[in-house]
Amino acid sequence: MFEYAPAPESRDVVDIRPSYGLFIDGEWVDSQGGELHKTVNPASEEVLAEVAWATEADVDRAVSAARKAFGVWSALPGSERAKYLFRIARIIQERSRELAVLESLDNGKPIRESRDVDLPLVAAHFFYYAGWADKLGYAGYGPSPRPLGVAGQVIPWNFPLLMLAWKIAPALACGNTVVLKPAETTPLTALLFAEICAQADLPPGVVNIVTGAGQTGAALVDHPDVDKVAFTGSTEVGRRIARSVAGSGKKVTLELGGKAANIVFEDAALDQAVEGIVNGIFFNQGHVCCAGSRLLVQESIETELLDALKRRLGTLRLGDPLDKNTDIGAINSAAQLAKIRELSDLGEAEGAERWSPACSLPDKGFWFPPTIFTGVAQSHRIAREEVFGPVLSVLTFRTPAEAVEKANNTPFGLSAGVWTEKGSRILWMASRLRAGVVWANTFNRFDPTSPFGGYKESGYGREGGRHGLEAYLDV
Amino acid sequence: MTTSLADVATSNATLRTFLHGLPGVDRVGADQRAAMLATRSIKTTAKAQAIDLAIGMVDLTTLEGADTPGKVRAMCAKALHPDPADPSVPRVAAVCVYPDLVAEAATALRGTGVKVASVATAFPSGRSSLDVKIADTGFAVAAGADEIDMVIDRGAFLAGDYVKVFEEIVAIKAACGAAHLKVILETGELSTYDNVRRASWLAMLAGGDFIKTSTGKVQPAATLPVTLIMLEAVRDFLAVSGRKVGVKPAGGIRTTKDAIKMLVLVNETVGEGWLSPDWFRLGASTLLNDLLMQRQKMATGRYAGPDYFTLD
Repeated sequence: MFEYAPAPESRDVVDIRPSYGLFIDGEWVDSQGGELHKTVNPASEEVLAEVAWATEADVDRAVSAARKAFGVWSALPGSERAKYLFRIARIIQERSRELAVLESLDNGKPIRESRDVDLPLVAAHFFYYAGWADKLGYAGYGPSPRPLGVAGQVIPWNFPLLMLAWKIAPALACGNTVVLKPAETTPLTALLFAEICAQADLPPGVVNIVTGAGQTGAALVDHPDVDKVAFTGSTEVGRRIARSVAGSGKKVTLELGGKAANIVFEDAALDQAVEGIVNGIFFNQGHVCCAGSRLLVQESIETELLDALKRRLGTLRLGDPLDKNTDIGAINSAAQLAKIRELSDLGEAEGAERWSPACSLPDKGFWFPPTIFTGVAQSHRIAREEVFGPVLSVLTFRTPAEAVEKANNTPFGLSAGVWTEKGSRILWMASRLRAGVVWANTFNRFDPTSPFGGYKESGYGREGGRHGLEAYLDV
Repeated sequence: MTTSLADVATSNATLRTFLHGLPGVDRVGADQRAAMLATRSIKTTAKAQAIDLAIGMVDLTTLEGADTPGKVRAMCAKALHPDPADPSVPRVAAVCVYPDLVAEAATALRGTGVKVASVATAFPSGRSSLDVKIADTGFAVAAGADEIDMVIDRGAFLAGDYVKVFEEIVAIKAACGAAHLKVILETGELSTYDNVRRASWLAMLAGGDFIKTSTGKVQPAATLPVTLIMLEAVRDFLAVSGRKVGVKPAGGIRTTKDAIKMLVLVNETVGEGWLSPDWFRLGASTLLNDLLMQRQKMATGRYAGPDYFTLD
């Protein structure tokens, strides 16, 4: 037996303060009346720090600071703004180990992911949009597009730092200033990012970080002096935001839920398709809005593929997120774990067959084993609702047309995957799938140059690439 | 082997239909998987275990025009006592030499358990007549080779003459008698991963006991993705035919890190059933001393200089 010895990444690289205030106007300030709440390590339930939940008064202060800074920041030549963004990108690279460890501690994701996926992408986003800052006149939005003003940004807990980068980098490149609210369960990397802004000598007020939960987010979104609202999160909250900003003249982008189909044809490269399925749904514990949570497999290879998939799941390593050999980390919160359990129990009650590899879960913390449901029909709730966890529903199809029909038969439309060795079929499928991203023979690959966003209930607007600039320009 | 599998080699048409009907390999995906497995962090007890396992899997190799009986005797001594000062170091699996030096190696290794492997079949290019290749094999076996490392006819493979390749392997297998047959695909010349998968199946269908990546004379040799694809092939072949085939990456494996990455690949692709010298070998010449150096470092906490390890 070849057992890997524990290989934990050291957590000494990161200094976590016992408590954090808010980062407003370039300074750390105490909340005006906001309570302190604990943020925990979901892998151990150990308290990491206390964080203020900002009140309406705090949000108002942050928005005023951003408004004041907007004059200075938007008046800077693009090449000057680029310098700040390049500087931030470089500091992120230099401090990437620290950021990765902190992300894994606060979020529960494996260090391999935060180190090899999240952090490189975060830095790449800042580098990419830094490059646009002095070329906005050539982006296709007129010779001299203007920024919008103050952006209120609310981000989720699944990719805390990466979502921050997706929001802040284009906003700043275009000349806007921001007030960003990280998720209540994962505020720590955003607060460390605030330190990085200070380290980069970013003018005060250009980036403000207010921590808190739903009420803080609502205060930010509803603030009358916010010109632009950007939200990534659940469809339910997205709908509420759309309602509250309707008629206000605020520009909105929403990146919401998904129930992506990962479609495997009988002529697919089987071993790589299995990897793609695993990467599609078990990457980041399935806490991915574009996760390939519905596997559509051509019926002729269903048994073969499922056997291979189950064999592969038997080798996944679940446990300590800081261990460099961990594949599956902790579920981010008790609340999310409860939701995953509820929907999984429902799947069983509806008649789907549940399977998980033999795997022991740690005693403390929030854990859920990688799970497959077979015999799932379109009418099952686990085939329709976003689980946002390591739970895969397996459905079958007979023909390409049926695959398209089933893939599109969902209120969502964020992403899809197609696995076939036949190039013409990839193009045929891609032109018919109503999803913002269609991956061919891969899944969950991201790049700052590539626009990302949804159809239907998956939201509107695009982030990333040249398209991502539009959301932060007055066009 | 099932009847249907035996039937596929009746003509180029049936072989082609079978080999081209195997699932394709997506290069990007295969490279990614291998790269991901290469990030596994093998430390402390696991590293110690892996080093000893790797030493026991080494086919200690010399394949130079300048090889002499003296050189081979020295290498055999090294194979038996990799670290003369430390008897707890396991012996290597085999020594691998040219056919004319097999007798020398067989004498030196008789009764030790360390096997004598010989390359044959007009190694490394394989460009000769079948008669010559059979004679070459017979010569090595008669001199005492326990294992024969043959090369496939890459020219025939690339020209689509799969039957020729198949029949040659069958003929060499027959010439081997009791000796084990390792079939060298020379993946660096096959170029595509689809070809690597097809050649692996072809070699297994024809009766090879092991499939081996490379001669060591062509670059790239034993890359991680190529080894991954060959491991997937032996796994799938076992499921279909019930026969287990071994894998030997050879060429370019120089450091302990390289060797451990290979073991991780085996562990997570085919499992512990292949984690023994009976089913997995590492063809190498300079790897052994790095394994010894890392082993000593783990035991003493210090690196000794290169002069503390024998050069043979």
